[in-house]
Amino acid sequence: MQNYRTKNGGKIQRDRKISFIFNGKTYFGYKGDTLASALLANGVHLIGRSFKYHRPRGIIAAGVEDANGKVQLFKDNITEPNVNVTEVELVKGLKIESQNCWPSVSFDVWAINNFLNRFFPAGFYYKTFMWPKSFWYKVYEPIIRKAAGMGTASLKPDPDRYEHQYEHCDILVVGSGPSGISSALAAAKNGARVILAEDKSRFGGSLLIDNVTIGNKNGDEWVEEAIAELKSMPNVIIRKRSQVFGYYDHNMLVMFERCKDHLDDPEAYTPRQRLWYIRAKQVILSTGSIERPLVFANNDRPGIMLASSAKEYLKVYGVLTGKKPIIFTNNDTAYETAIEYKNQGMNPIIIDTRNDSEAGIVNEAKKIGIQIKFSYGIANTTGYKKVRSVTVGKLNSNKDGYTNLEEIKCDSVFVSGNWTPTVHLASQSGNKLRYDSNSDTFLPNQSRQKETVIGSANGSMTLEKSLKEGFETGFTLSDAITKNNIPTSIPISDERQYGQHDKFWCMPLPGKKHYKRFVDFQNDVAVSDIQLAVQEGFRSIEHVKRYTTLGMATDQGKTSNLNGLQLVSDLEKKIVPEVGHTTFRPPYTSVTIGTIIGREVGKNYKATRRSPMHKWHEQHEAIFVDAGLWLRPRYYKNNNETLHEASKREALNVRKNVGVCDVTSLGKIDIKGKDSAEFLNRIYTNAFLKLPIGKARYGVMLREDGMVFDDGTTTRISENNFHMTTTTAQAANVLTHLEYYLQIVWPELDVAVVSTTEQWAGASVAGPKSRLLLSKIFPDEDLSNEALPFMGYKEFKFKNTIARIFRISFSGELAYEINVMSDFGELMWKEIISLGKEFNIQPYGTEALSTLRIEMGHVAGSEIDGRTIAYDLALEGMLSQKKDFIGKRSLGRKAFTEEGREKIVGIVPIDKKTSIPEGSQIVKDTNVSLPIPKLGYVSASCWSVEFDNPFSLAIIKDGKNRIGEKLYAVSPLKNISIPVEVVSQHYVDPEGKRVRS
Amino acid sequence: MKKALEQKLGLVDMLEIKCPYCGDRSQNEFSYGGDATVKRPELNSEVNDLEWDSFVYYRDNPRGKHLELWHHISGCRQWFKVHRNTATHEIIQTLEMQEDL
Repeated sequence: MQNYRTKNGGKIQRDRKISFIFNGKTYFGYKGDTLASALLANGVHLIGRSFKYHRPRGIIAAGVEDANGKVQLFKDNITEPNVNVTEVELVKGLKIESQNCWPSVSFDVWAINNFLNRFFPAGFYYKTFMWPKSFWYKVYEPIIRKAAGMGTASLKPDPDRYEHQYEHCDILVVGSGPSGISSALAAAKNGARVILAEDKSRFGGSLLIDNVTIGNKNGDEWVEEAIAELKSMPNVIIRKRSQVFGYYDHNMLVMFERCKDHLDDPEAYTPRQRLWYIRAKQVILSTGSIERPLVFANNDRPGIMLASSAKEYLKVYGVLTGKKPIIFTNNDTAYETAIEYKNQGMNPIIIDTRNDSEAGIVNEAKKIGIQIKFSYGIANTTGYKKVRSVTVGKLNSNKDGYTNLEEIKCDSVFVSGNWTPTVHLASQSGNKLRYDSNSDTFLPNQSRQKETVIGSANGSMTLEKSLKEGFETGFTLSDAITKNNIPTSIPISDERQYGQHDKFWCMPLPGKKHYKRFVDFQNDVAVSDIQLAVQEGFRSIEHVKRYTTLGMATDQGKTSNLNGLQLVSDLEKKIVPEVGHTTFRPPYTSVTIGTIIGREVGKNYKATRRSPMHKWHEQHEAIFVDAGLWLRPRYYKNNNETLHEASKREALNVRKNVGVCDVTSLGKIDIKGKDSAEFLNRIYTNAFLKLPIGKARYGVMLREDGMVFDDGTTTRISENNFHMTTTTAQAANVLTHLEYYLQIVWPELDVAVVSTTEQWAGASVAGPKSRLLLSKIFPDEDLSNEALPFMGYKEFKFKNTIARIFRISFSGELAYEINVMSDFGELMWKEIISLGKEFNIQPYGTEALSTLRIEMGHVAGSEIDGRTIAYDLALEGMLSQKKDFIGKRSLGRKAFTEEGREKIVGIVPIDKKTSIPEGSQIVKDTNVSLPIPKLGYVSASCWSVEFDNPFSLAIIKDGKNRIGEKLYAVSPLKNISIPVEVVSQHYVDPEGKRVRS
Repeated sequence: MKKALEQKLGLVDMLEIKCPYCGDRSQNEFSYGGDATVKRPELNSEVNDLEWDSFVYYRDNPRGKHLELWHHISGCRQWFKVHRNTATHEIIQTLEMQEDL
């Protein structure tokens, strides 16, 4: 079956045959293959259809630069779209399918686009689907998406595990070609902590495929020894299958490592991929270079491939990409591919655009009888699912036409348009690239961060230079860090010599033909599209890129950017550096979202905070709700109760008997120091200087812009010690706020603050029978209204510890908040529950808590939303006239003092039945023309257990003068309009008698 | 929560900041606190509207060197100053609050 596999050679394991399925058909490859090499070994070139014209496309490269080999991958009931066959290693159980074709890759109805291509010029979508506007979402977009889409993402959760790792090192070396390995060796031997990263599954880069020797060893043997030596060193981390894909500031690089997919029998705990965050003191970029294609008519047919990639398939995988190859080149490097094929018994023909070449390798090729056609170009190709022949022609002296044309049969074309240094990471790091007119490429120039580019990425195209740069850079950079002064000598190397390339790379069309000459294969951008864009006035390369989509596919133009750039500069008659280059952005290659997110999925998405009483809640059918990071009981479900039924029962029991609520999550801040009272007096809007010891006070904090920031009670425990409570949501922000003023604005104040939220477990015991219950828990203490009045504070002995008793109330009932150290929380809670039985105690959750506070008219987070001032919340009485405080100066703003400002009120539906959705808008009349002027909005809603009807809080314009008015609460989303009456925000016990009882 | 996801996807925690008390730490331990040169007007002082608005709202947005506040929120909880180049992210110096450039 594997008709294109050589008899021997390559680095595959020929004794380990592996089957895989492509488009329903079973094929075989070997361990060590990629999907691409295995497909080619079976003579399969047609992989998919192109994005726009649905033209048949095949593999053009052997690495991440491949533009066409995108498939849908299936394995173990998992599917992944848009994976590249050149990057997937062959393991058992792989199934792949072509994308972007229907009904099949061989017969694709959308290929009609190819015949209609003159209707699909650059900017086609922009121009065509403009009108009518309403058609876009319903008609155009769905059709375009279906026709132009790529693979299909799975809707199931990703079953794999991904990990993150942080690492620091002295020197990170990216790429394990000759310069990378030699720099890692030199740095490691000089004592530096080195990380060497290689994206492929084998170390060595070009040394695996080039015919070279280093220190009397073949290139690949030298690699093996060097890697073995590096692996034996404790100061070296060496990783293959690891792509460094982003270079961020402060020398932070990110890399993903493929840990699992290549394993036949991975362990259950093996992560699929690992994301590395690497902070390196120095970075050596030895990222190599990528061969450019030549541009000619119908240059996109399956079987047309980069010359170096064809050589890689042969040398690494033992695969012949074709048996009748044409080598089409404008430089000397492709001759090596020709010689390799000749050595395999084939008869390659070289088409060279140059007049001649004096390079040694050209003479070598001539000597072994390879046919070379100098001054020739490929004018056209034929073959639908695979290239069948090329039309070659002798280029005229201006190289804008052919003097004669002839057809040559072939089954593959290997092209080389010279080499593009891989400067992506250097550019991401801030390196201002320079244009080198000798090699027609952009090269690294001025480093902004601590990075050094070496080897062919730096334009050093010979092995000798790469090794020299590698060893020298590795030593110099490491020595600045380790100061060990242990240099490594540079081995002698031998390689073939190459001469100058031809600057000519874009072939003229034969006669007056309109064949497509593709520049960007993945996005189907042809020479004519770029010509059109320039003709239509697009000048900036960034605009041309976006208009034509050149280089915007998932391969990010690795093979097409420079050709596109040169074309634009030729058309504009400018030199390339004037045109500039588009921005290189991370990621260099596609990264799965799973890798980026790592373990932070599902329950690990964020930290979970639980109170010490959490287990008890769980055992008593609590249904939990997220409150920031906290899990709080929302209600306790009795039998088949709904949320509404349970919360009503719980709230009513507080009003009638006694309830207990876990309030551990409230923020608690301990404030100590002799200036504590003065500090609080500045932070809160109301007075705190003269708060007596053993008393709590409700306080309001503003931001400097005058908006209400938070509220809570603060208790004076002793002369210089206060206990502050904050809302659950703002706990962290309030602490930061306090630290800001203490450390920055008033460092002279002798005050220290620390969060004690997790040190204290809190239970709020509320209801008319709460005093009776407390006298059971603390039988020796005086709990009379005189001894412990409203807003009073006492410390009682509880078991072997201290309980802090605050007589504060959020529910509006007689209530006590008991705090004990967290370790005693569960004990306290159980004691309250068991002693409370005779008073019909019930635990209550946040839903009942909301009900109780809403019908009492107490404001909470839904009102203190950062957009309301004290007046809006009817808290203007809390603003001291006698002292300055944070935010006071802003209260004089015109908008804050205007008549008719929004103010909090209560609203009740006139039918006393219909619940008002939170977020509803309040309007005066619904029978007016749109838009209806709105008066305000509903901030919180509940079912009043006191009156057994719905009740809501609303913040409405001129609220204070609207009590008694009949208005409407409308919710267009729910299509409802409810007649309501405005009442006082204090629906229950407006005089506040109960809390003082 | 949204911020956490944005940080992951944007991989923005790239700076290495030298806390004057704890040493070099990764950016994800810190939170940004704005312009460090802004001085809050004294309490109980007469402040005209422009002065007050300048303190509360108006900020320069320099491209280049900027003295800013950072808070070592997941560390020692100290506020301190960072002299940073906003264009290059280079951190020139970090200072304790009482120190000046």
